[in-house]
Amino acid sequence: MTDRTPLCAGKPDLRGDATAKASGKERFAADHYPDLLLWAGAVRAGVSHARLKAVNTTDALAVPGVIRVLTCADVPGPNRHGIIHKDMPVLVDDRIRYPGDAVALVLAETREALREAVSLVRVESEALPAVFDPAAALAEGAPQLHETHPANTLMAAEIRKGDAAGALAGCDVVVAGEFSTQVQAHAFLETENGVARLAEDGSIDMVVSSQSPFRDRLEVGAALGIPFNKIRIRAPHLGGGFGGKDGATVQCLLAVAALHSAGRPVKMHWEREENLAAGYKRHACQLHYQLGARRDGTLQALICHLVYDTGAYAHLGGEVMELGMEHGGGPYRIPHVLVTGKCVFTNNPVAGAMRAFGVCQVTFAVEAMMDRLARELDLGPLELRRRNALSEGDTNCSGMRVITSTGIIGCLETLRLHPFWEQREEWKEQARPHTRRGVGLASVWNAAGYGGKVRDAAIAKVELTPEGTVVVHSAVADMGQGNSCAFMQIAGHVLGQDAAQLIVRQPDTATAYPSGSSAAGRTTYTFGNALIKACEELKARLINRAGLLFFIDSDQHLCLVPGKVVHPPSGRELSLQQIAGFMSQEDRVCISQFVAPVCDPVPDTATGFFIGFPHVIFAYGAHLARIEVDLLTGVIQVCDYLAVTDGGTVVNPVMFDQQVEGGVAQGLGYALMEEVVTREGRVLSDGLSTYLIPGAMDVPNIVSLAWQGHEATGPFGMKGVGEVAMNGPLPAVANALSDACGIHLQHAPLTPERVLMAMSAGSEEGCKGPAPPVESLGRSRASSVERPNAHTL
Amino acid sequence: MPIRFELNGLPTDIDCAADRRVIDLLREDLGLFGTKEGCGTGECGACTILVGGEARLACLMLAAQLAGRQVTTVEGMTHTPDGAVLAQAFVEEGAVQCGFCTPGMQMAALAMLRQNANPSREAIREGLSGNLCRCTGYVKIIAAVQRAARDISDERRA
Ligand code: FES
Ligand code: FES
Repeated sequence: MTDRTPLCAGKPDLRGDATAKASGKERFAADHYPDLLLWAGAVRAGVSHARLKAVNTTDALAVPGVIRVLTCADVPGPNRHGIIHKDMPVLVDDRIRYPGDAVALVLAETREALREAVSLVRVESEALPAVFDPAAALAEGAPQLHETHPANTLMAAEIRKGDAAGALAGCDVVVAGEFSTQVQAHAFLETENGVARLAEDGSIDMVVSSQSPFRDRLEVGAALGIPFNKIRIRAPHLGGGFGGKDGATVQCLLAVAALHSAGRPVKMHWEREENLAAGYKRHACQLHYQLGARRDGTLQALICHLVYDTGAYAHLGGEVMELGMEHGGGPYRIPHVLVTGKCVFTNNPVAGAMRAFGVCQVTFAVEAMMDRLARELDLGPLELRRRNALSEGDTNCSGMRVITSTGIIGCLETLRLHPFWEQREEWKEQARPHTRRGVGLASVWNAAGYGGKVRDAAIAKVELTPEGTVVVHSAVADMGQGNSCAFMQIAGHVLGQDAAQLIVRQPDTATAYPSGSSAAGRTTYTFGNALIKACEELKARLINRAGLLFFIDSDQHLCLVPGKVVHPPSGRELSLQQIAGFMSQEDRVCISQFVAPVCDPVPDTATGFFIGFPHVIFAYGAHLARIEVDLLTGVIQVCDYLAVTDGGTVVNPVMFDQQVEGGVAQGLGYALMEEVVTREGRVLSDGLSTYLIPGAMDVPNIVSLAWQGHEATGPFGMKGVGEVAMNGPLPAVANALSDACGIHLQHAPLTPERVLMAMSAGSEEGCKGPAPPVESLGRSRASSVERPNAHTL
Repeated sequence: MPIRFELNGLPTDIDCAADRRVIDLLREDLGLFGTKEGCGTGECGACTILVGGEARLACLMLAAQLAGRQVTTVEGMTHTPDGAVLAQAFVEEGAVQCGFCTPGMQMAALAMLRQNANPSREAIREGLSGNLCRCTGYVKIIAAVQRAARDISDERRA
């Protein structure tokens, strides 16, 4: 017993969930097959915009094994869900707004019968004019999607700081560009799924792959008119989420199915095709940028206009755009800023939350602008970034004074000393025949937390069982990022316990307390802070109760060590089980709340946002990509990648690197290959052979370095790093491509076709001869290559 | 139809439709949930199992194809000496995040290590190219397979 070592924040303790996952024992939501289950499946509209006339279920009902075919008439309550705007029908009752809308719900004994019946439900509808391009959706006379939102505008907002137009006119150098980014799919390996059952007392019990079990309860309750206390949601470990399981996917449908299955459990598991057709997506974005500086490289003014295509329903579209706008100027000091944004409804698939929530779009544009500015000014790209990078006490581009830890300069300086940067010229010279090498940079940042006007709170509960084990009742789902393992480490650290003494329960609305979603880089930060307080309370209580049992007058010399409380002066000890036996049930539980800090006073720079402005805590990073471009095929090979990240003090170095490496890989997919292709709102990328994500051969070795600051408000000084790394690859690779070939792609992804097209459009010497000298890349050229078009929509 | 095969070292008799997908047979009929389904169309590798020692996709195989074969799933793998070393390497190298790809990834790695006991990083990348992971960026997975290769050969030598 004496050689047991407590877990310790800051150490690379092994993830508590890894062994069960590696041995195949971990039960994901998808692994639940309750006895007597029925299979439930949605019938999708298949048309872009239409008035629903009738749902003919006769043929489907004739399939042996089909129990019910439910339509909107079977949905109780308002039949609308949505995180902020309740605008999404559970089953369409009036208008179809995109092909993925659910129109009917089939219940069947087997998956085979389900599949057949789903294909036999006939949806009769009357077509309405549809719109798929946000610019067209904004035009006068465009078909309208929601009466509540004129001009198809979910949100129109601006951030105005100083006099951007005036300052831009006075700048020595101005660069401009028009960019577009594509729709990205989360492509988690475990597609949306869950099981639900109606209990005898009329309550619904659901196990679901979800990032937001407590909010699910609200969504299901509101959509179907069911009291919240009649809904229990459990969220086991997720097989990936990345934002795509934030908000209802199967939840409302499953609850409807459970209400009509006579007490039999129902299971819904979307196939990959359905995941791609009806799952949430990353917003496509169009960006117009103008950035100006003084001759000495001091940034002066930014004007940018952003249009986010949110698809058919609001989801978190406005908040996604808000975050993009708040990051529109990069992690730099820019005195004069005007960012305008429109978040637009179209008949495209619904865009919602995805890792780096609106930010990776703007990072592409602003980091390309920084490189062009550097060339114009004849300054190094690192130098220009370094000179303008934010420090604590500065005011960021949305007018917020930065008072929390701000490590962007530290990250850039760390990058400067790395051999990938120091030896870049030698490395580039070694390009093989018919290839060209380039090195590109990006500064990245990503806010953490929900932002203004939303309470970002968590309530942690820890419990000592009668057997003396400490149970952490996590209330925030673990989608793979390892927050539950961090909770174990935090609890072990505070309570002086090792892994053998600790259990983390995954969220269950029946036993844990509402703590928000697993999202926004706030999961470990917010719940972890609450957990520290709860564990400190439990620690004090255990020591106190042991003191009572020892009949000593002070707690002073008592300490909590793995499995027991010891009193070194007397050599006496009590096991946690003995102490637990002395405590009542109530006494063995500690609960504590933490509310994340908000900005006060809120700068008066923003108009048009509903919630979410501004944020106060940011993770930062400096990224570098070394690429080799095949001049014959246009293929970009990323040879090496370096990510230096400021996530405050690192609680677990291995998990920190996991987040950075995974974010970079997902970002490289976004940079190079991923694109959800649609035609009239219908998803053509319907499988993982048409929607390509990076495989083991596509991802280079990724070097992850931590620049360790200390975030005073964070648990053990940490801040979330789940999202920030996603932002770097697209701009870093695009900038490396400019460095290698002198071409400036402004539309993502950076496919070989686009590379070849841009190279043939550029000057012959520029592409095939030696790399062009920086001076030859004038302002007009920088802003004129490639014009935006609707190809991504 | 009755089908007899060896599952994780144990003789197994089942009676099911000849065209039942092996993944459904394993998960739904036999309760072996470790084999995951990420696509159902042979594109992700999450359902990788070993049949006769070779990596196969359980979502593309039909029950009848198992007759007389030796089948290993992740549940059996961790009880073999090499499989246990491999799983431990995944745990210790931090190669497991959400863990949904992990069983299939390990099965593919095990099949590869049987062919090539000392693979280079490039060979590992190639050997795992049919298995998608959305969480890790593969860096730690490759390190885990390298470590497993080392540990397995150390154990053999000992
Ligand atoms: S589930 Fe078999 S390859 Fe994806
Ligand atoms: S660990 Fe999540 S898909 Fe690989």
